Amino acid sequence: MFYREAGDFNTSYKQDNQTFPIKFDRWRYYAVLAVAFGVVPFFINDYWANAVFVPFLIYTIAAIGLNILTGYCGQLSLGTGGFMAVGAYAVYKLMTAFPDVSIVIHVILAGGITAAVGVLFGLPSLRIKGFYLAVATLAAQFFLVWLFNRVPWFYNYSASGQISAPERTVVGVAVTGANTEAWAKYMISLVFVVACAWLARNLTRGTIGRKWMAIRDMDIAAEIIGVNPLTAKLSAFAVSSFFVGISGALFFSVYLGAVEVGEAFGIQKSFLVLFMIIIGGLGSIFGSFAGAAFLVLLPVLLKNTLVGGFGWATDLAAHFELVIVGGLIISFLIMEPHGLAQLWRVAKEKLRLWPFPH
Amino acid sequence: MKDTNESRVTEDGRTIGGILMEMRNITLRFGGVVAIKDISFDIREGEIRAIIGPNGAGKSSMLNVISGFYHPQEGDVFFRGEKRPAMKPYQVANMGIARTFQNIALFEGMSVLDNIMTGRLTHMKSGMLAQAIWWGKAEREEIENRELVERVIDFLEIQAIRKTPVGRLPYGLKKRVELGRALASEPKLLLLDEPMAGMNVEEKEDMSRFILDVNDEFGTTIALIEHDMGVVMDLSDRVVVMDYGKKIGDGTPEEVRNNQDVIDAYLGVAHD
Amino acid sequence: MPDQLLYAMEVTLNGLMAGVLYALVALGFVLIFKASGIFNYAQGVMALFAALTLVGIMEGQVPFANLINAIFGTEIHTFGWQVPAVLAIVLTLLVMILLAWCVQKFVMRHLVNQEPIILFMATIGLAYFLEGLGDLMWGSDIKKLDVGLPQGLNATIDDLTYGWFGYGFFIDNLDIIATVVAAVLVIGLTVFSQYSKQGRALRAVADDHQAALSVGISLNYIWVLVWSIAGFVALVAGIMWGTKSGVQFSLSLIALKALPVLMLGGFTSIPGAIVGGLIIGVGEKLFEFLIGPMVGGATENWFAYVLALLFLVFRPQGLFGEKIIERV
Repeated sequence: MFYREAGDFNTSYKQDNQTFPIKFDRWRYYAVLAVAFGVVPFFINDYWANAVFVPFLIYTIAAIGLNILTGYCGQLSLGTGGFMAVGAYAVYKLMTAFPDVSIVIHVILAGGITAAVGVLFGLPSLRIKGFYLAVATLAAQFFLVWLFNRVPWFYNYSASGQISAPERTVVGVAVTGANTEAWAKYMISLVFVVACAWLARNLTRGTIGRKWMAIRDMDIAAEIIGVNPLTAKLSAFAVSSFFVGISGALFFSVYLGAVEVGEAFGIQKSFLVLFMIIIGGLGSIFGSFAGAAFLVLLPVLLKNTLVGGFGWATDLAAHFELVIVGGLIISFLIMEPHGLAQLWRVAKEKLRLWPFPH
Repeated sequence: MKDTNESRVTEDGRTIGGILMEMRNITLRFGGVVAIKDISFDIREGEIRAIIGPNGAGKSSMLNVISGFYHPQEGDVFFRGEKRPAMKPYQVANMGIARTFQNIALFEGMSVLDNIMTGRLTHMKSGMLAQAIWWGKAEREEIENRELVERVIDFLEIQAIRKTPVGRLPYGLKKRVELGRALASEPKLLLLDEPMAGMNVEEKEDMSRFILDVNDEFGTTIALIEHDMGVVMDLSDRVVVMDYGKKIGDGTPEEVRNNQDVIDAYLGVAHD
Repeated sequence: MPDQLLYAMEVTLNGLMAGVLYALVALGFVLIFKASGIFNYAQGVMALFAALTLVGIMEGQVPFANLINAIFGTEIHTFGWQVPAVLAIVLTLLVMILLAWCVQKFVMRHLVNQEPIILFMATIGLAYFLEGLGDLMWGSDIKKLDVGLPQGLNATIDDLTYGWFGYGFFIDNLDIIATVVAAVLVIGLTVFSQYSKQGRALRAVADDHQAALSVGISLNYIWVLVWSIAGFVALVAGIMWGTKSGVQFSLSLIALKALPVLMLGGFTSIPGAIVGGLIIGVGEKLFEFLIGPMVGGATENWFAYVLALLFLVFRPQGLFGEKIIERV
């Protein structure tokens, strides 16, 4: 009954361009933000932060990044794990080289460095398309992981070959290192997610977003109406990698604390993030949140029910998870290629007319 | 009238100016196949210029040469009296040449509004950073261009489907949206590749009206390919006739209609 | 002859042999791509799945034993019999045909006319599903596969080369067999697609789905056939790889290298798959031998991909692919 656009008139194009044109949506959005910033931090504990909230938030940033490249610009990438590794190692080198500079700046710079690397590996997209490009991005994945594994400079010649984050603070509160409290991890991730989502939303609704989508839908026609494919594709690679780099930086510094590159940023990670945007919805910022939430929660739920509830062996549950994730991907592609975001939209359409559907 | 570069006024009161674009001795080959053989013609400012010919005559290839998608092996393209260097299609678009396609080339995943907004891309210059924070120039520019696009939407009478995804529209409306996208860029030269293909009589009449109105109200120069002879003869000021990659006729509809080569090409000629 | 050169020759030969194995997996990709336009990412996992099934049947394992035990609290593991290799291979082939039928029935049929990129992502989902299924059915521990193929140093070549150069080359018998098998497969598949009725139908479908339908070819049947053949090729590849390095998850990662092989050879060319496989095999072994020690080794992880990437930038259609003229 409350979900109505009737009586909610837009009298200027500015109003019509709002992210949430319907009043009810807008209020709900403010409510979610208020709970996320004002309520959750006071109740969060280590388990919930580490198992659910922090990975959810950080994966969301990566999913937003990949969604810009794949969902909006139509360039399939299987190199997300490699680009996250760039972000992680960049922030590690920056943190250890300039300990006095704020970690927030380091994370943003790490995003910038990843953007540059992304552009480099995006260059082939000017010549090759579709799954050819997907395989080409595998080159980035394998090469980057190998590089961080084999060149000691990147891990500061540590004996284990791992990198681990020293303690850094924001306004006096530790956000990285062993002494970080759950709410601090949560808050810094949340701030970055909100900022990234806001930037991504702005980019995708304006000129540059239209250029990306034009390239995605029909690249030849896009070029003929005046889209320069070079700048459009490379900007998508840059922006996408920027977000993915931030995600990788946070994943290492805030979430895990210590990282072995092949384990944390292997090809499985690339697929995980790709699955998030397929399930969540290609070409949707909200879908990035939904997909990340879904694939972070699914293993937790499976583990709790199968291992905790039925007493299965952990590896058996893991195999079962593979089957379910694979099956879900196929089902989503067959039944709802636009993912959870589309299901949500359809539900809202129905709700708008409820209870008088005709 | 043929070789002068002076303006004249047509019977219905439109002004036709000097030469806007000139194709000089264009030859285009694909491997061994010659698609266009040594063709020259010009397009004058403010006129409606038609290119006609049987299937496979090379009409679409000619349009592709004009829009920079194909690069002819020989010959030059002059735009506003200056020789145009080899250009990428997007550079041609930035010079103010817009087009529609024979098989509709809309962006199926986007709404009608967004599709037409893409027509404004060549005019929108705000930087990526400004767009990212959606403040100042970016937002102002978006709204200015939105107003312009809304005028195009009004002109084409498609207000009701503004926010519909293009993929869901019927064929005739898609054609109209595509015209809208081209118009939104306020082109100096508008290329239409079979704008009425596959339409019924009513839709053809609508489309003819839009084409005439565009030419009349905005003074846009139009070059079009069309198979429907009646439409071509009614709409256009001058007609180029192509057959097997060669130009076999050029002139006003009356002149072309009485040209023996053209009659042979269309009705067939006894080969003995 | 200087030692370094001899080593390089030996490395090259071994690279050629490894390349044959890559080509075997690539062959499966090409078959499916030609007939249905689907870029089957799951081909590598299919090889793993085939090898797992083969081992499982030979050892008399009970499928889904762990799952059954976990649910019902039983303690069953094997039937207690051993199946001879040949029979087990036939049974595995039947399983692969059943799999092909299921893939067509439950997945691909519902994705007809989708964009290639969607199909590609669906096969990634399929790869995950199959990997999980294989592990659920047969367990995920590393297994040894022995169907009676000779393995180890080939004494004749060792003696012969020792006689020529004073240095015996180490060539594995298994690699020689793999080469012969690959050659037979390629010839067999070529003959099949050129001269048999099904082969002709297959090529017709590859050329134009609609036209093939209109002359009365059953797309469903052809696609099941193609996926079955791909399953067969996967089985052969699985046997070779499994015998060489054990049946384990990394098998599907090795198989992933068939992708750059295809980028080099072009997606539609069977000779392309072979040549591409050989180039990658030799290239990565030689690169590791010559450059590897300078940059920390393990370059085989990425060499194939980077080579394919660089190659594609200069020749997007691959070695044997046709140049595409774009139209609007």
